[in-house]
Parts: sequence; structure tokens; C-alpha cells
Amino acid sequence: MSTRLLPHPLLTPALTAVWLLLNNSLAPGHLLLGALLGWLIPLFTLQFWPETVRIRQPWVLLRFLGVVLFDIVIANLAVARLILGRPSRLRPAFIEVPLALESDLAISLLANTICLTPGTVSALLSEDRRVLLVHALDAPDPAAVRDQIKSRYEAPLKAVFESC
Amino acid sequence: MLEYALSFLILAGAIFTFIGSLGLARLRDFYTRLHGPTKATTLGVGCLLIASSLYFNSQGEGISLHEVLITLFLFITAPVSAHLLAKSALHQHLPQVGDKKKPARDN
Amino acid sequence: MLSLVIPIAFTLVGAAVALSFWRLLRGPSAPDRILALDTLYVNTIALLVLLGIHLGSALYFEAALLIALMGFVGTVALCKYLLRGDIIE
Repeated sequence: MSTRLLPHPLLTPALTAVWLLLNNSLAPGHLLLGALLGWLIPLFTLQFWPETVRIRQPWVLLRFLGVVLFDIVIANLAVARLILGRPSRLRPAFIEVPLALESDLAISLLANTICLTPGTVSALLSEDRRVLLVHALDAPDPAAVRDQIKSRYEAPLKAVFESC
Repeated sequence: MLEYALSFLILAGAIFTFIGSLGLARLRDFYTRLHGPTKATTLGVGCLLIASSLYFNSQGEGISLHEVLITLFLFITAPVSAHLLAKSALHQHLPQVGDKKKPARDN
Repeated sequence: MLSLVIPIAFTLVGAAVALSFWRLLRGPSAPDRILALDTLYVNTIALLVLLGIHLGSALYFEAALLIALMGFVGTVALCKYLLRGDIIE
């Protein structure tokens, strides 16, 4: 019953929040309309959302978000310093990161995180979804970058979305 | 006090935006150029949007939070477009700077 | 304080637009130009937000939101074109 009427319990509050932010108001009318939209849109777009998102350990997710926000600021200071320095001293490298994640959502979240944090951009996911090719702006030691990505970002994502 | 925080945020945002574009103009191959706009410019515009939100809150016309929406949207979409750009550059076999010095790239 | 900072910020963001525009004209490859266009979109959002603070008007928020949406869709469409030679599959 509840799964048929409310197929994605996390999408509904998110859509309602976006509607309220768009209108920039908390008036009861907007609350009601937002809740209605948040309920109807997942129902009508059901076939675009094949897998249900389930968060197993919310605290790990919150801590992960904190770590990522902190890293974004650090990463920007580091990238700014590298850009202002001499371009010929950069050592860019392509790094292959083997993936332990399997679900679409976790892989795309990992790729997004990699793009926003220290000096790396995810470039290519291999056909069998086992290897992510990452480009690093300045990597004297590619193995260290790979280990950092695996322990700092991949492990929490695996714990949140895939531990069973 | 609030004015100093606002000034700091605006200045930091503008400087980060400028550094992002500087990286785009200055670095030597496509893959390194990609880093400036995706990180520095996104954070710069994020700072400016938060400053705008603070400013309109301090004007006393109710709470204004819709700038948060653009910030979130930018932080979600910037990595996606960076990933797609890197993918299309690899698809076109764009040269990398290090290739001349050490031509053997693993794989 | 704000009246001092805002012109400086306008100058910096304007310089950023000029640098991105230079990269857009110079190339040398198609992904470079797309990246420059993407950066121009984001810089335009920064300029609009600054103008909103400068004039004290929240009117420019919708324009900034629309530019963000259209810029992202445009970048994705151009990248798809480079990857597949076709936008709609």
C-alpha cells in the first residue's frame, strides 16, 4: 500500500522543499501545492526511477557530507595555488581507480565527489563499471591519490548505500 | 559586523571566479584547464550567492533562501558537465602535455 | 565597505569573462570552446548576482536561475554531439 502510493519516500520531501525554495515562501497554500506536486511527480515519473534509494546509515552520510564540504574548500585553495604557480611545474596524470561500488547512484555520487574535491576530475567509467578513470591536476604519487579516494570517499558511500 | 562578512564573501567569490577563468586561459592542455572552471568558479559563484542571500535577509523583507537553490543546482551540475567534457575530450584523443616527455602512459 | 567592495568584485568578474572569452575565440579544440562557454554561463550568473546586490533588487534571481538551467542543458547537448555526432538518439 505505502509502496504503491509513495514509491520514493525521499523524493517527495525533496521536491516539496525545492518548490518552497523556488517560491521563496512558507505560506500554507504553497506548502499544500508543494506537497501535492511532491506526491504526484514521483507517481507519474515512476518508470524513470527503477531502483528505490535506501539510506542505511544516516549518520555516516551526514559525516561524509561534512567531510566533502570541508574538502571542497581545501581543494579550492589548493587548486587556486596551483593555477597561480608556474604551469610547467604541474605533474598531471591519469589514474585508474578500481571500483567496489555497484549501484548507479553510488557510482555517480562518487564521480561527482571526485570532481569537486582535491585536484581530480573523473573522466571515464569503463564499460563493465569496474574502473573509473580519473585525471589529477598535480599528482607526484598517483597511488596515494587512488588510496585516498578509496578510503576517504568510496568506503562511506559503500557503507551508506550498499551494505546489506 | 554583517557588512564585513558580506564584503569578505563577495570578495572571496569574485577572486575565486577570476582564478577559475585564469586557469582556463593560462594552463597548457585541455585536461588541466578543466580543473579551474569546475572547482574554483563553482565555489566562487557559491560564495556570491550565499552573500546575496545574506544581504537580502538583512534588508528586512522576510527570509530569502532561493539563492540556495542555484547554489545546490550548480554544485550538482558542474561535476556532470566536467565529466562529460573530459569524456568527449578523451573521445577526440586530445593531446596531453606530459606526452612529449614521457610518451608511455600506462594502459 | 560594500560600496568599495562591489566595484572591485565587478572588475574581477569582468576580467574573468574576458579571459573565458579569449579562450572561446582561441580554441584550439572543440571541447576547449565548450568549456569556455560553460565558464561564461557561470560567470554571467556571478555578474547578475552582483548586479542584484548592487541595485538591491531580487528581480535578477529568475534570470540567474534560467541561465543556470539553460547553460547546463546546452553544455550537455554539445558534449553529446561531440560524443555521438547526434543529439537526439
